[in-house]
Amino acid sequence: MRLGLSPATALPLRKLRATPVVDEDELLVARLRAGDEQAFVELVARHHTAMVRIACSFVSSTAVAEEVAQDTWLGVLRGIDGFAGRSSFRTWLLRILVNRARSTGVREHRSVAVGDAVPAVDRSRFDASGAWASPPQHWVEDSEARLLAEGLADQIQAALGELPARQREVVVLRDVDGLSGPEVCDVLEISEANQRVLLHRGRSHLRQALESELGGL
Amino acid sequence: MFWQRKELVCQEMVELITDYLEGALSRSQRRRFEAHLAACEHCTEYLHQMRATIRLTGSLRAEDLTPAMREEFTELYQRWRAEQD
Repeated sequence: MRLGLSPATALPLRKLRATPVVDEDELLVARLRAGDEQAFVELVARHHTAMVRIACSFVSSTAVAEEVAQDTWLGVLRGIDGFAGRSSFRTWLLRILVNRARSTGVREHRSVAVGDAVPAVDRSRFDASGAWASPPQHWVEDSEARLLAEGLADQIQAALGELPARQREVVVLRDVDGLSGPEVCDVLEISEANQRVLLHRGRSHLRQALESELGGL
Repeated sequence: MFWQRKELVCQEMVELITDYLEGALSRSQRRRFEAHLAACEHCTEYLHQMRATIRLTGSLRAEDLTPAMREEFTELYQRWRAEQD
């Protein structure tokens, strides 16, 4: 494994990424470079749906997001010999995707850095001292069963859809696609502090949506 | 102690929670955060819920490529190869 050879402390934080996902990608990239068509299709199978989901945050429709993702794959084929392996394949891939999606440029309001400062929990739920007046309802225990039985996944999708685009991008990359914080910073070209603020607001909104759905508040 | 900053209140806790989960709090902030948690069942529940939220969001999975899409990308690859030759 590439990164395992150096002491972790000697590396800048954002170089630290070593997940099984990356290793499998590296094997496929090597096969693709050797002209293996199946390796290309496997790479597409591993990443394409996530790419379309991410591109959806930047463009107006799924159809356009699909085009952006396809276009990205063509870019991968053309550029794979220039891929130096300094970042993971996934980071490289998603950067190409995000750049293309941005230049497709349907959304003008994307320069807003972090969105409005909505509190994580509505102020009315705390008393004057800042302590809980209306504490969190218990719902975690029910949620796994509800996820299977009653389409809670659709509710989560809907709540994701309500987020401002930049919050949604960060939450999708972190919590759905499992990228690390530093990877998300690389892909979206944002600071770690910005990434945390966006993640915080996005996750707080999702928690509230789950509480509303499951806990009755 | 008189030199310590005052205790965190619940309303502050819910805003610090992501920094806590991300390991982005300073050592003293982290101590104050955990001191509040130890004494507050509601904030403990809230933390529990944030972790559940992350887990539930992570359970969203997109479908695999359909056979038709596999076909489509195989063709994309072949067109690209043809361009190279």
